[in-house]
Amino acid sequence: MNPFEYVAPSDLREASSLLGSRWGQTEVLAGGTDLVTSLKQGITKPKRLVSLKNIPELKRIQVKKNTVRIGAMVTLRDLAANATIQEEFPALVTAIDGIGSSQIINAGTVAGDLCQRPRCWYFRNGFGLLAEDNGDSLVRTGDNRYHAIFGNDGRALFVNASSLAPALIALQAEISIVGAAGREREINAGDLFQAPNNGEDREVALRANEIVSEIKLPRENMQNASYEVRHRHGLDWPYATASVALKIRSGIAREASVVLGHVAPTPWPAVAASNLLNGARVDASLAEAVGEAAARGAKPLSGNAYKVQMVKTAVKRALLAAANA
Amino acid sequence: MSTNHNSSDESGVSRRGFLKGMGVGTVSTGVLSNASLHEARAAEPGVKGPGDTAIVLKINGKNKQLNIEPRVTLLDALRNRLDLTGPKKVCDRGTCGACTVLVDGDPMYACSLLAVEAQGREITTVEGLGTPEKMNAVQEAFIDRDAQQCGFCTPGFVTACSAFVRDNPNASVDEVKNGLGGNLCRCGTYAGMVLAASDAAKEKGSA
Ligand SMILES: Cc1cc2nc3c(=O)[nH]c(=O)nc-3n(C[C@H](O)[C@H](O)[C@H](O)COP(=O)(O)OP(=O)(O)OC[C@H]3O[C@@H](n4cnc5c(N)ncnc54)[C@H](O)[C@@H]3O)c2cc1C
Ligand code: FES
Ligand code: FES
Repeated sequence: MNPFEYVAPSDLREASSLLGSRWGQTEVLAGGTDLVTSLKQGITKPKRLVSLKNIPELKRIQVKKNTVRIGAMVTLRDLAANATIQEEFPALVTAIDGIGSSQIINAGTVAGDLCQRPRCWYFRNGFGLLAEDNGDSLVRTGDNRYHAIFGNDGRALFVNASSLAPALIALQAEISIVGAAGREREINAGDLFQAPNNGEDREVALRANEIVSEIKLPRENMQNASYEVRHRHGLDWPYATASVALKIRSGIAREASVVLGHVAPTPWPAVAASNLLNGARVDASLAEAVGEAAARGAKPLSGNAYKVQMVKTAVKRALLAAANA
Repeated sequence: MSTNHNSSDESGVSRRGFLKGMGVGTVSTGVLSNASLHEARAAEPGVKGPGDTAIVLKINGKNKQLNIEPRVTLLDALRNRLDLTGPKKVCDRGTCGACTVLVDGDPMYACSLLAVEAQGREITTVEGLGTPEKMNAVQEAFIDRDAQQCGFCTPGFVTACSAFVRDNPNASVDEVKNGLGGNLCRCGTYAGMVLAASDAAKEKGSA
């Protein structure tokens, strides 16, 4: 690991001013469960880490009338243990439980989960996010069993690793961001993610000196659930996940949103599946059809066609779980 | 891993960028060389490193003073500097649990936490849970149930298990398995460990 400076300011704006304006100069440190490994792997070699641990406002969960406001530094454990989250947002609790390691859940934070770097083994071994060697995609020609089956027409073929992101997007969460000179902006959770097409951009649509400060969850009485397909329980990431949020009035689905995880460079909204769901009567055969719709358009690489069936099943089961809630 | 961390192309934190951010006028642009780094630090209180910095860690109830670089993990500080070799280094990337310590009572991977970040928190290593003469319930149960083979994962398991049993004295077998999901045993002695955890839980529960 290269040497670096370390600073842990107590003010959010100061934290952002201590960050460099180009990626790679500095990094934001939250729980460290991903970043410390990235530093050891040399996939980032910052001159400085800016720790958020001394900023109290980032550690709060505020339950308001119409929203739940979750500070960026709230640990995954505290989020999953919150009574309102348990009652109204089971999709988030399932996503956190799936991580399976009490050590990660105790140390890892909500924003850290969203901003964690991809697990693509080419990326983790120094070939960059696009995993190219002399212009050739190592993913297309190599072992791509854990790579993208959607959104893989461009150069980015890794999958977004966050289990929380699909659930937050399905639940229409918004994300607050603080940047240079304290400038604040708010985006839809889905807009935090991007598939980079060059070697400079990251997979989060942040500037290098921007910090995620808060996640706002609307309390819309959405029925919601997540379903994951995994190999190992704990100490690994899922193959595919689905999060579903919807309202059901007299058996008919409304405002439905289906979002997939771990199948594309970004969390993947299954638009055709959501459309099929909206206005339809929710039952087992519809769930089957919605699963089929979610998988349509998948373009597996040479080694990951198995994920297509997992998407169908994950969507079907997440929908049935949400509907029974 | 590249060692040319002083080369300009990949570093490039400009002092100007920092100072601008701080609202302190314009100064000459330049890569953050070691010289400008010192100056920049003077303008930025609280910036430590990249060389040694003095920290205090509270470990097993005692304050320990250390001079370390910010890049040193808590695990390396414990093992290499404080001679606490209970926490083991196996994967060194948060995927096995051998390095587990308690931070303010909660299990965490010491390999994934920088020592500087652990300041102000209560660190407990397996050495702090009990002694050979006076073991805690989990340590004793691991011996009674012969819950190890090579033993390399054992300190991490015992530490994680101690916190789990404290928080879940009535855990079922499935809950024990889930609760210890952050630890891996290469020798596969899980059956013994589940029995040990259940014994220890019963003891706690009836206590
Ligand atoms: C073995 C293992 C299994 C795992 N399994 C899963 C899984 O199944 N599902 C899943 O979702 N995750 C999984 N994880 C990932 C884990 O959830 C993340 O490592 C953790 O959530 C990261 O949070 P952190 O606070 O430790 O972030 P850090 O490691 O401190 O930071 C991670 C990244 O996010 C950036 N960042 C952090 N906070 C902010 C912020 N406020 N603003 C801007 N950028 C920020 C950092 O700069 C860094 O790039 C697993 C991790 C391990 C080691
Ligand atoms: S050594 Fe820390 S988790 Fe493996
Ligand atoms: S006893 Fe050998 S690794 Fe667990």
